[in-house]
Amino acid sequence: MNQASTANFVNIGERTNVTGSAKFKKLIMADDYAAAVEIARQQVENGAQIVDVNMDEGLLDSEAAMEQFLKLITAEPDISRVPVMIDSSKWSVIEAGLKCVSGKPIVNSISMKEGEEAFLDHARKCMAYGAAVVVMAFDETGQADTKDRKIEICERAYTLLTGIGFPPEDIIFDPNIFAVATGIEEHNNYAVDFIEAVKVIRERCPHAHFSGGLSNLSFSFRGNETVRRAMHSVFLYHAIPAGLDMAIVNAGQLDVYDTIDPELRKACEDVILNSDPEAGERLVALAEKFKGTDAVAEKAAAEWRGWPVEKRIEHALVKGIDAHVIEDTEEARLAIAERGGRPIEVIEGPLMDGMNVVGDLFGSGKMFLPQVVKSARVMKQAVAHLFPYIEAEKDENSKGKGKIIMATVKGDVHDIGKNIVGVVMQCNGFEVVDLGVMVPWSDILAAANENDADMIGLSGLITPSLDEMVTVAEEMQKAGMTMPLLIGGATTSKVHTALKIDPAYDGPVVHVLDASRAVGVATALVSDTQKDGFVSQTAGEYEHIRDVRAGKGQSALVSIEDARANAFTIDEALKPHAPKQPGLHVFDDWDLADLANYIDWTPFFRAWELAGNYPAILDDPVVGESARNLFDDAQKMLKQIIDEKWIKASGVAALWPCRREGDDVIIHIEDEKHVRMPFLRQQIAKREGRANMCLADFISHDGDWIGGFAVTAGHGIETHLAQFKARHDDYNDILLKALADRLAEAFAERLHHHVRTELWGYAEGEQLTNEALIKEQYRGIRPAPGYPACPDHSQKPLLFDMLDATHHTGITLTDSFAMWPTAAVSGFYFGHPESEYFGVARIGRDQLEEYAQRRGVDLATAERWLRPNLD
Amino acid sequence: MTDAETLFRERAARKVMIFDGGYGTAIQKYGLTEADYRGDLPLEKDQKGNNDLLCLTRPDVVKAIHKAYIDNGADMIETNTFSSTQIAMADYGCEHLVRELNIAAARLAREACDEAEAQDGVKRFVTGSIGPTNKTLSISPQVNDPAFREVDYDTLKTHYREQCDALIEGGVDFILIETCFDTLNAKAAGMAAKEAEAAAGRSVPLMMSFTITDMSGRNLSGHTLAAFWYTLRHLKPITIGANCAFGADKLRPYLAELSKIADTLILAYPNAGLPNELGQYDELPERTAELIRVWTDEGLVNMVGGCCGTTPDHIGAITKALANAKPRQVPEVPVITRLAGLEPMHIAA
Repeated sequence: MNQASTANFVNIGERTNVTGSAKFKKLIMADDYAAAVEIARQQVENGAQIVDVNMDEGLLDSEAAMEQFLKLITAEPDISRVPVMIDSSKWSVIEAGLKCVSGKPIVNSISMKEGEEAFLDHARKCMAYGAAVVVMAFDETGQADTKDRKIEICERAYTLLTGIGFPPEDIIFDPNIFAVATGIEEHNNYAVDFIEAVKVIRERCPHAHFSGGLSNLSFSFRGNETVRRAMHSVFLYHAIPAGLDMAIVNAGQLDVYDTIDPELRKACEDVILNSDPEAGERLVALAEKFKGTDAVAEKAAAEWRGWPVEKRIEHALVKGIDAHVIEDTEEARLAIAERGGRPIEVIEGPLMDGMNVVGDLFGSGKMFLPQVVKSARVMKQAVAHLFPYIEAEKDENSKGKGKIIMATVKGDVHDIGKNIVGVVMQCNGFEVVDLGVMVPWSDILAAANENDADMIGLSGLITPSLDEMVTVAEEMQKAGMTMPLLIGGATTSKVHTALKIDPAYDGPVVHVLDASRAVGVATALVSDTQKDGFVSQTAGEYEHIRDVRAGKGQSALVSIEDARANAFTIDEALKPHAPKQPGLHVFDDWDLADLANYIDWTPFFRAWELAGNYPAILDDPVVGESARNLFDDAQKMLKQIIDEKWIKASGVAALWPCRREGDDVIIHIEDEKHVRMPFLRQQIAKREGRANMCLADFISHDGDWIGGFAVTAGHGIETHLAQFKARHDDYNDILLKALADRLAEAFAERLHHHVRTELWGYAEGEQLTNEALIKEQYRGIRPAPGYPACPDHSQKPLLFDMLDATHHTGITLTDSFAMWPTAAVSGFYFGHPESEYFGVARIGRDQLEEYAQRRGVDLATAERWLRPNLD
Repeated sequence: MTDAETLFRERAARKVMIFDGGYGTAIQKYGLTEADYRGDLPLEKDQKGNNDLLCLTRPDVVKAIHKAYIDNGADMIETNTFSSTQIAMADYGCEHLVRELNIAAARLAREACDEAEAQDGVKRFVTGSIGPTNKTLSISPQVNDPAFREVDYDTLKTHYREQCDALIEGGVDFILIETCFDTLNAKAAGMAAKEAEAAAGRSVPLMMSFTITDMSGRNLSGHTLAAFWYTLRHLKPITIGANCAFGADKLRPYLAELSKIADTLILAYPNAGLPNELGQYDELPERTAELIRVWTDEGLVNMVGGCCGTTPDHIGAITKALANAKPRQVPEVPVITRLAGLEPMHIAA
């Protein structure tokens, strides 16, 4: 375990403090509140979950400064979304602050320094204003230094406060972090005293919290940031398990315990734990070695900042660095304005030049998608900065290469792939009008007309979307449109496009395999010289596909009767025993850190179009570097997701008695409630010894058990996605969605494990590595509706009803049976050891007609649901 | 005699209680003139539209509306004092009447309730309505000076206190701080009410009601409903909830969220849908009732009523629709630290 991954630890931003930050103090003294507010914003952006504000400075009207600053940050939703900590040693400043803060703040601090009466008076006022409170370990005789004094004072304060009805959960103790390794022997045990005291006070004062100002600890090492950071990290590593649950820190300046230089880490550890009297001297000696290392690295990193502005912009775009892009863009704009140029020239000049370098590198395989998306983030921020200037000019002539309308079709909510394509298109000079997800055909057509678009791009992930795309094509035909239609998304294929979509629309229809092809296709389609050739070549290719399919016919199907006669027969003796815990089990908030261990990373890289298996991909000679960078970013975000609990993982699983009836499974839910779950059977002619499989084959006619589940790791991401969107940050937007998908899959894997070993319990002693789990080397399967073994998505509403899944997990279904949030998995559990995954593939009309009856729907509906399996 | 709070809690445990509906629409139906509004009061400004003033000048109208709501099943009615603070009354030059207005309004409501109780023996509750005023502690009206405020905390609190003192003197059972578009205003009002309660020496529990101003579920000062609840939880209100804003259907998801986290009773009273192009509310009573029935089927509320556009007929329809509705169970919530910026934050134990 390392400190920062400990959940429930709160970072309090310390930079908006005139006693702690020279920069902030200077701004406040100079009355530059606008710049001071920016510091608060950076704090929150860097992960501060609470902002500490302190205006205790002798030359300042502290009350007025506190009011002014708090009122200003109230006007900034990016900052005021987090709670405020009103920090002052003067009660009048605190009360002035309390009258300006509209949420529930924390008061920092009150103490018994001036006796019980003043202490309780302040506490009562905090209660009346509705504030939590930091209590300093300070009494009439002074500040608590030893363990015993800390315990004594905190316990006394706790008793007094709870005695007047102060909510114990709103008490935060600050038992004083003092400097260690000062050369004074009495100071050597200060860190140990703190940690030990917290342990005891936590026991004796239920619900209270613990905080502290970290910077005191390393006071002796002023000027040596490397050592200070290491000391802070090592201290937290030991203090957090003891009960420290918040600290005033610079969130951007903490090292991960494991990554600290081992020699330095050991030296810090010895000092903090006071292992021997020489520990302090050893650290002082070692500190020399680390002096200035920060400065060297910073200098190297900053070298490019001295380059001409065009080169800086190019560098920022290629490297995806967004730290300076606004100032650089502004500098370029001013330079161009000075020689009488227009703001749009910044885009057409330095920015597009830079993006062309990115485009070339991407095209030649030297840059990969994650990097390109980062570049696009920089580009978007630059363009957003220029936009008001360009608007002010009102110039209508600046049409880009072409305009594309993009949408995920009605009934589908998946958009990672579509967003990636959109970003890549924008990087290459196309204007993208993104209509979002669940877009009905009427909106797509209307947007295409209103925007005078050059083409339409449709995306979808689930199989019913294929049908919806045909509908869009048909409607475009009816509307007499001629613009090209691009088709993309995981379930789309060249064959489906050729067979189903292309014939529905006379205009050009092109299937785009992945994001890297999108630009080539779109460029050809807007080119005067290439368009006709490309269109006729594609049309020819699709025609050929249709001819081949028609001529060759398809693999022979056997009748459903014959297929049933060749069903798979299970060994009844191996039937799993009844579950240990049958019925419904709800998991409201599964530990994300636990799920992270179950992530299968290979599909994550595939989502970013990086080919290869994890972990080998990290050392791949071609994509290795890109994969490593992406993986680093993913790990960082994953840590944030876990630490700050961005996501709530909710799931439900159930195990029900059942029996087989033909190809149906009759599931007994409760009392009189039975559900008939029909499954589909393979009808492809099999060679000798191979069965025509159906999931029902794995269930006994004489009574058996089946399970169902639905999990999601998508609740909570929307607010973060909105923030990324607001910052034009597609990279993190896509990254978060991709991680949520992985966590949902990991949840499904983890829950299946829990079912096998605990709830059903047929594999109690199962010990599998994550690799073995990914390779599915376990007993039993968890097929999902819509996937090959049970390809009918419409089973999902039945399954959801049985599980009451929407109620228990908050997952809802669209008209096309897509799950929302998209980071969700649902399916059945089959426990028989011979059960295995297979694909139903193509089925005959006979089974279709029969299935419609079994499912209780008309033929046309069944046909629509099973379209991908019909031809 | 059992106190109002105990009776209220007992009834809330048995049924979904009924609150009253809108006053504006009901008053409009009387077609009152400037002369009706001002009566024989020596006032300089025009008074037409100063609905609170009718408590002094046309008490018969106000009392008739109270009675209409009681007759249609309301367990609780609110005083006609939404704008009866010096700040809000300044528009009409009626600052000097604030105390008188609130006392008269409380007595009118009290009379209507006591008369009904005398007939059937069932206690009806009076809650003193306190609106947000037309000034905000969180938002600057001056674009170029975001730190500017039209009013400060202490001034606003003083005015709320004056209103609370008069309402309590007039005999209200509860105080309802409603349509809270600014969470800091609500905090100041809550503090004033608590101080007035202590000064009066009798228990006058607080009720607080949020108003959502956009589809993101926030009020004007930017707080989510959960952040609002966490900010005001220290006042230990007997009910928390939401009113106005939009119709019952759109309010439902926010109530569902609040219902899980609020360890107190929930009161919600939506508008009669959204206004049409003419600014009128045309949602029919049965429709409103049907939508509210969805709330009670999901166990989201303990007391319901109506806000803008609702009439005694709406309340009658709601009373009928909820005849056998089950009240929400107040959940037990864990002891954790709840903080709030614009958004709620927890620190786990």
